[in-house]
Amino acid sequence: MSFPVLFGVLAVLTLFGFFLGRSRAMATAGGQIRNLHSLPNYYGYYIGLWCAVPGFLLLIGWMALETTVLDGMLVAHLPKRMTDVPGAELSLLLNDIKNLAHGDVTSRQVVDADLKDAAAFYGQLKVSSKMLLAALLVVLACGGILIARGRIAPELRARNSVERAAMAIMIICSTIAVLTTLGIILSLLFESLRFFEKVHPLDFVFGLEWSPQTALRKDQVGATGLFGAIPLLAGTLLISFIAMCVAAPVGLMAAIYMSEYAPARVRGTVKPLLEILAGIPTVVYGFFAALTVAPFFRDWGLEFGLTISSESALAAGVVMGIMIIPFVSSLSDDVMSAVPQSLREGSYGLGATKSETIKQVILPAALPGVVGSLLLAASRAIGETMIVVMAAGLAANLTANPFEAVTTVTVQIVTLLVGDQEFDSAKTLAAFALGLILFCVTLVLNIIALTIVNKYREQYD
Amino acid sequence: MTDAAPNPNGAVGGGLAARNAAEAVRRSLKRRYAAERRFRMYGILAVAFAVCMLGLLFTTIVSKAVPAFTQTMINLEVTLHAQDIDPQGTRDRETLATANYRSIVRRAVFDLFPDVTSRRDKRALFDMISPGAVFAVRDLVLANPMLIGERVTVRVPMSDDIDQLNKGAIRKDVPEAERRVKDKQIAWFERLENRGAIETVFNSTFFTAGDSREPELAGIRGAAMGSFFTMLVTLLVSFPLAVAAAIYLEEFAPVNKWTQTIEVNINNLAAVPSIVFGLLGLAVFINFLGMPRSAPVVGGLVLALMTLPTIIIAARSALKSVPPSIREAAYGLGASPLQVIAHHVLPLAMPGILTGTIIGMAQALGETAPLLMIGMVAFIVDVPHGALDPATVLPVQIYLWADSPERAFVERTSAAICVLLGFLILMNVSAVLLRKRFERKW
Amino acid sequence: MNQSIPQETSGDAPVTQSDAAGIKIAARGVNVFYGEKQALFDVDLDINANEVTSLIGPSGCGKSTFLRSLNRMNDIIDICRVEGGITLDGEDIYDNRIDVVHLRARVGMVFQKPNPFPKSIYDNVAYGPRIHGLTNSKTELDEIVHTALQKAGLWNEVKDRLDQPGTGLSGGQQQRLCIARAVAVSPEVILMDEPCSALDPIATAKIEELIDELRDNFTIVIVTHSMQQAARVSQRTAFFHLGYLVEVDDTEKMFTNPSDERTQGYITGRFG
Repeated sequence: MSFPVLFGVLAVLTLFGFFLGRSRAMATAGGQIRNLHSLPNYYGYYIGLWCAVPGFLLLIGWMALETTVLDGMLVAHLPKRMTDVPGAELSLLLNDIKNLAHGDVTSRQVVDADLKDAAAFYGQLKVSSKMLLAALLVVLACGGILIARGRIAPELRARNSVERAAMAIMIICSTIAVLTTLGIILSLLFESLRFFEKVHPLDFVFGLEWSPQTALRKDQVGATGLFGAIPLLAGTLLISFIAMCVAAPVGLMAAIYMSEYAPARVRGTVKPLLEILAGIPTVVYGFFAALTVAPFFRDWGLEFGLTISSESALAAGVVMGIMIIPFVSSLSDDVMSAVPQSLREGSYGLGATKSETIKQVILPAALPGVVGSLLLAASRAIGETMIVVMAAGLAANLTANPFEAVTTVTVQIVTLLVGDQEFDSAKTLAAFALGLILFCVTLVLNIIALTIVNKYREQYD
Repeated sequence: MTDAAPNPNGAVGGGLAARNAAEAVRRSLKRRYAAERRFRMYGILAVAFAVCMLGLLFTTIVSKAVPAFTQTMINLEVTLHAQDIDPQGTRDRETLATANYRSIVRRAVFDLFPDVTSRRDKRALFDMISPGAVFAVRDLVLANPMLIGERVTVRVPMSDDIDQLNKGAIRKDVPEAERRVKDKQIAWFERLENRGAIETVFNSTFFTAGDSREPELAGIRGAAMGSFFTMLVTLLVSFPLAVAAAIYLEEFAPVNKWTQTIEVNINNLAAVPSIVFGLLGLAVFINFLGMPRSAPVVGGLVLALMTLPTIIIAARSALKSVPPSIREAAYGLGASPLQVIAHHVLPLAMPGILTGTIIGMAQALGETAPLLMIGMVAFIVDVPHGALDPATVLPVQIYLWADSPERAFVERTSAAICVLLGFLILMNVSAVLLRKRFERKW
Repeated sequence: MNQSIPQETSGDAPVTQSDAAGIKIAARGVNVFYGEKQALFDVDLDINANEVTSLIGPSGCGKSTFLRSLNRMNDIIDICRVEGGITLDGEDIYDNRIDVVHLRARVGMVFQKPNPFPKSIYDNVAYGPRIHGLTNSKTELDEIVHTALQKAGLWNEVKDRLDQPGTGLSGGQQQRLCIARAVAVSPEVILMDEPCSALDPIATAKIEELIDELRDNFTIVIVTHSMQQAARVSQRTAFFHLGYLVEVDDTEKMFTNPSDERTQGYITGRFG
């Protein structure tokens, strides 16, 4: 019995509870709706909620915790000689046992009796876990139905109860966003703290060298790896800066043209085109950068006798700039449209030309909003991943030369975490520390930008 | 207060001053109009640049993708000797499935050119046929065991290099050392062409197969199904949560610190880099809750958290656009707050909410980075059948193929991008149509 | 968008070069359309130099539309179309050869709501001279700003805080700043579109006083919804009703002995 089936069972029971509640209410009211406090449907919902909510919580909780609990029980069951190994090996062992129980191949050559025994035990655990869950679910759901049914009476204020419950559910849903943020902060902080136990925070934040290869054997050279984040931050800044050099002027001028000059027909065609630019997945930009733009720059460099790396910061930055043009242009467009018409008229009334009005009245008036939109775009550039993963380099060079390959924070997070890694190594934990930096930087940028933009909006509302 | 100007001959004043000013303005006009034209030109250039880049991107990708929709095939005469496949004549499925079809295909290939004798040449010759040929013959036999003992013509794919040669992507005029196809292979290929054994057909494998190390056998079906299950989970989780949250925040929430916190939070969450959501998924769903790696259910959950703010913001503005008079009318009839929402406000806001949801889903469909974090980058051949099977998604498949060195993967990557963009355009167009169809001016 | 119809000089009012008391602006057969809707019908009106002409009438009667067609502010509204002839010193301002920037430098405008730019007081006033290149040096510009602010009666109030934002002034001061801004360009005509409607009575009195003083150097056309204001500041008054120019005459005569009964009705408060 898989989870989808159990959800289905719960849904059927809930539906049954709904009809039961309705007919029960009608029966107690002697078939006269006006004897009831609420409409009959509300009595249906009443029983339905009593059935669905506990069952749903049970299923979700079980889903979340089953693996952890079963693993614990399995480890407890295993003979001590098998579990007395380092964490990574244990998790491999558990994985093999699970695969074996599932009837799949394992990573070991020989499957000994102990392992088979454990697999059988695990298989049984899983079956009994599901049986137990199914039984509990039915008991809980039916119990809920029975309790609720017992309470149904014409004077039961079913509507009020149902509405209170609905309100509670909505309030819980509205906190999910806060919980997500909290989850992000806690998981990043927690893993980063574990990282900082292995690498000193100051070495991390101010270190000038980044080579996270932890060696297999302890005696190898550079066995501990070097975790200085400065080259990554510098690379991120360099690429983002190039991106902003493309996106800021182009986006801004496009916004000016669209909001002040373009005839309605042009605006109607070009605006959706720019929006398409924003809707293209970043992986497509990455492919475009690696396949077309980077070789173009490299060949172009050869013509002029410049050595431009095929993973140059320039290519990644330019493509990223193209990607964020629409963010800059649509936000700036909004901001400039919000500048009151009276200021334009005031300027035209003095005999200013359109460009003089734009440059000297509208842009200064819209400046906070424009700055806000640029900050938001910059934050997007800093957090952008796929373009740099596909088009920027892996080696951490500390350089300001846009023709060279640099790497970024996001690239390193991806390279550190993709592939089979044990979870406790400094290497994987470093990814979370980088994630923490990334999160903090973008958060600060976003907060500043949103505050500026909101202030600006209020000013002209 | 209007005492005479400090300088009676100053520019400000009636008559003479005005005429002087008018003259100065006239003199400045040429320069100012030039500046005006320049400024306007910058604007046009900026728009043109953006539009050109869009055009360049599309033409590059579409032109690269076109060859992927055809595949070079060879009609191979294969003799299915009974002693090779089923010496005992049991016709047992297990026996049939495990027979040595490779040697059957090898023999068929060598029969094409009896003059090829050396081991190296034979090897080069056999390399021209895709490893998929072996499976094609096996599937043929399994589907129809009556064929055993017969001589049949099977259409099998050629290897990716020969395919590229046929499509002109590998050029014959390049020195042999610099291309992946040997001169001899080219000669053989030309002889086969002259015999009429070569056919270029629609590449249906691309739409029916899962991933493969061999470009000619690789398809997007596995990734597409993975995307489907992931999106299903995302939709099921994010839509109800977002709508409930939006209704509460827009209609019921008191204005206080807590509500403000939630609002600021949602706005900020919408701008958090997607990769951070991947880190969250890795730390919480996989390591803490022990959910399976590479599974669409985890990917779906992560993307759901990511799209949540988008949908909440869209749903709130849709709710806000329903005029208060509707609510007042319903309240005036004695409806409870929840009835007002459920019967009147929500149905009117639904088109807007759905539009926002489609746009959010389109974003999620194109998202790659967070899925890399939770192991959806594994090389998975099987097409997934549920949200718990290991799977990859379209954008990740694109990333994986883009990283593959084989030339033939370039066109397949582009083709996969076309498919992905096709889905995205479909979603966005339907969002626009929905908005147009139900747009209401109050 | 803006049609320039060849000037027709038929009509009883001859178009002459302006002199001390001559005709500055002459409008002949002006029709204004917003898309399909016609807002002004066949308006003939002369505006004398160095005089204050007030345009009165109920809301939506076309008085603002007429005012805005005098310096082609209607050009910035896409759907607006002006027919007929309007001449400034005998030149048709809707002629293709007339440059709208140049025209607006000669015919300045002050708006209903004070609309100072979000810049310093100094920069607000200096804006016009700067864009038109009226000065060659900082001292000259300082002088223009000084004079303009003095003419607008604002100098004494702001001389110590010229570098503070113009938006920080009170409503009446903002409006006088806008007048100073217009004056600084040295226009020949200043158009005022209900300049006091957003102001309190004291600020209004100051502006009215100012208008009267500006008359010496400028030709002024003012739209107002207040008949008392028209009576106080203007020498001539034109009454608009439903897009038609009903009557134009000396202010005194208009308010004591109007010839049209609609004017009579309006000024005695029976409608409007």
